[in-house]
Amino acid sequence: MAETQMSADGLKSLARYMDQFEDKESAIIKVLYEAQHIFGYLSNDVMLFIAEKMDIPAAKIFGVVSFYSYFTTTPRGRCQIKACMGTACFVRGSEKVVSEFEKQLNIKRGQTSDDLKYSLDVLRCVGACGLAPVIVVNDKVYGKATAADVSKIINEIQG
Amino acid sequence: MQKLSTYKDLADAYARLKPLMRLREESAQGEITKRELLVCGGTGCQSSRSQELLNNLTAAIKGAGLEDTVTAHITGCFGFCEKGPIVKVFPDDVFYVEVQPDDAKEIVEEHLKKNNLVSRLLYHDPAHAGRTLARQHDMDFYKKQERIALLHCGLINPELIDEYIAAEGYLGLAQCLEKMTPADVVAEIKASGLRGRGGGGFPTGIKWEVAAAQPGPVKYVVCNADEGDPGAFMDRSILEGDPHGIVEGMAIAGYAIGATHGYVYIRAEYPLAIARLQRAVDQAKEVGLLGKNILGSGFDFDLELKYGAGAFVCGEETALLRSIEGGRGEPTSKPPFPAQKGLWGKPTIINNVETLVNVPKILNRGAKWYYSFGSEKSKGTKVFALAGKINNVGLVEVPLGISLHEIIYEIGGGIKDGKQFKAVQTGGPSGGCIPASQIDAKIDYEALTAMGSMMGSGGMIVMDEDNCMVDIAKFYLDFTMEESCGKCTPCRVGNKRLYEMLTDITEGRGTMETLDKLQNLAQVIKDTALCGLGQTAPNPVLSTLKHFHDEYVAHVKDRRCPAGVCTALLDYFITDACIGCGLCKRDCPVSCITGEKREHHSIDTTRCIKCGACANKCPVKAIVRK
Ligand SMILES: Cc1cc2nc3c(=O)[nH]c(=O)nc-3n(C[C@H](O)[C@H](O)[C@H](O)COP(=O)(O)O)c2cc1C
Ligand code: SF4
Ligand code: SF4
Ligand code: SF4
Ligand code: FES
Repeated sequence: MAETQMSADGLKSLARYMDQFEDKESAIIKVLYEAQHIFGYLSNDVMLFIAEKMDIPAAKIFGVVSFYSYFTTTPRGRCQIKACMGTACFVRGSEKVVSEFEKQLNIKRGQTSDDLKYSLDVLRCVGACGLAPVIVVNDKVYGKATAADVSKIINEIQG
Repeated sequence: MQKLSTYKDLADAYARLKPLMRLREESAQGEITKRELLVCGGTGCQSSRSQELLNNLTAAIKGAGLEDTVTAHITGCFGFCEKGPIVKVFPDDVFYVEVQPDDAKEIVEEHLKKNNLVSRLLYHDPAHAGRTLARQHDMDFYKKQERIALLHCGLINPELIDEYIAAEGYLGLAQCLEKMTPADVVAEIKASGLRGRGGGGFPTGIKWEVAAAQPGPVKYVVCNADEGDPGAFMDRSILEGDPHGIVEGMAIAGYAIGATHGYVYIRAEYPLAIARLQRAVDQAKEVGLLGKNILGSGFDFDLELKYGAGAFVCGEETALLRSIEGGRGEPTSKPPFPAQKGLWGKPTIINNVETLVNVPKILNRGAKWYYSFGSEKSKGTKVFALAGKINNVGLVEVPLGISLHEIIYEIGGGIKDGKQFKAVQTGGPSGGCIPASQIDAKIDYEALTAMGSMMGSGGMIVMDEDNCMVDIAKFYLDFTMEESCGKCTPCRVGNKRLYEMLTDITEGRGTMETLDKLQNLAQVIKDTALCGLGQTAPNPVLSTLKHFHDEYVAHVKDRRCPAGVCTALLDYFITDACIGCGLCKRDCPVSCITGEKREHHSIDTTRCIKCGACANKCPVKAIVRK
């Protein structure tokens, strides 16, 4: 119930956002970006809604979404764990940290746990290379992370 | 601020605002009656709670009743990211490092009230037995730097247009509009020797000249702020620390080529940079430095942000243009070049963030001044993002032609934990590795290319003895393979094959023949791929094959990874920690562990199948891989 209300409000505000653009076609990425911020991910319904409102073929919208890795078409977990795999983090051992998350959460990178509690993604350079390896959990940054810190981080986000 | 409608309005505003910088000028001396604190507020340091630190400082200043004489601001990146967050005190030139929110009170109570330095927060220089350095100008990290592109980062508050104008901002644009023809501006940029900082190093003035010569009336200026190299963060730092510099640089470019509209193509993953830049654009519009009839000159220029959405190939200029138009960012072949036929088929120049931020400074100080920095063919300065196994991770700006040794040992403070320097990777996924033997090489566009690498955007990843070069090549290939847009076969299929071969090598299935195939295929891809992504993707492979051939051979001939990284090639050993419990022996599926109860056990590595069962069982973690 609350969820449908939220999505109705969300669609309304998305529609308002779309209205400001004169040239619809070149605004596609901005609109999808806004939509993903509102809904957390881009469901088929949302993409069809955008296609219709902007009068752009749905196939084009789907094509754009699939091209850019920023967009996700599946719901993400409540705890979004993002591990930096930029070069600086990589040479300081981020691979070991990511593998440890995979092991402890029992999901692979790019996946979300079935109960929608966790998702694990890898990013390319979050710009905090001095803190490498870097883990970001729901916008909180953990720097100089090691495999030994993983259980601590998981405990902390559960608590 | 009220609207600036004439050159005189801007000159008056500058005269009025200039005192804002007084305390921050190098020459500020004499008795200290007023102070300013600058706290770095870039992405890196914000994640280390610099916002909270600033709030605490402001509260403590108020609490101490010092709000009339002391102010605290955010500023852009100081570059010394290894030790962030940083608090710089003006005019004292005192530089506090790794400052936590809880330290705010002590800085205010001790330094600001009693004039005592808080020595525990000063920088302890490991190169000189940990001596304490209070002043920024005494630090080796800064001594050899020349900050032009980064001039305003760590000097002004990027959120306030007043501060930018106080630091001579928009005077370069005003000078162009008032006193120079577009052709004069092009000539000035040409004379400065400025070359593109986004990768190719193409002379900026020549690019502008081509676009200026195209028939109008519609042309575009595009700023490439897609920063795709996963280990470079200078463009983000400039966007966050000097957003008005980009606005001004683009407006000047617009005037020079006859464009009235500009786009900044900026990564959606950079929310702080987006917010700061949008704010700068809004402020510039509000005071009339963007929009119609700027400063009464008759020149119109407008700016808009467009988001990139995480596709490395969109950093390539033709792909970028397709993306701005709203489609999938797939490259198209050149010619036609964007300067002739770009955005929506109109003449378009595309310049990198760092390139553009240099432009206003060149106009302010003159082409001659800029030309005086650098090497014979590479003029000016370049920002490098130093990262990896180096003591001083951060952003450094140096005159081109500086030696690698100066960057790594003098500025960078040498290798972490006293390890052996092995190589430095430049140019990101399109670049290559420079081995330790070339430590005295001069760094400029030509020299890097001659060494089989390239300038790229200026990422410099330092590696030590613990990094495996085959593994590094594989890391980059993994990146480019994932980022290939799939339009042409050499890149789509070829790079995947390279990746598979590298996987074979790191997992012990490679032979000498694999190395030959690797070399040949890499060359073919380089020669036949459609765009820059595919053409440069094999570079990390080729350069490591060239400089670290022995390491590849060790993997395929001896099935050994000299750096101890490739786990499939490592053996299981039992250390002295073994208590002789026998648990490992019971679980080994091939019975290759021997040892008596309560005595040290050992593994016959020739029979071990590396299943790992024993290591999981050992209660004292005595079984390790080496
Ligand atoms: C695969 C690929 C990725 C690129 N990524 C970037 C980038 O992230 N930022 C950038 O400024 N230039 C990038 N470039 C270079 C641009 O295509 C273009 O040359 C540059 O933006 C021109 O600006 P400049 O002359 O000021 O350097 C990339 C090129 C290729 C082939
Ligand atoms: S080289 Fe790669 S990225 Fe470039 S067009 Fe071909 S497939 Fe696409
Ligand atoms: S790794 Fe497996 S095969 Fe090798 S010693 Fe341990 S249990 Fe035995
Ligand atoms: S399990 Fe560990 S402690 Fe026990 S015998 Fe094996 S190596 Fe030694
Ligand atoms: S590479 Fe991880 S923060 Fe830059």
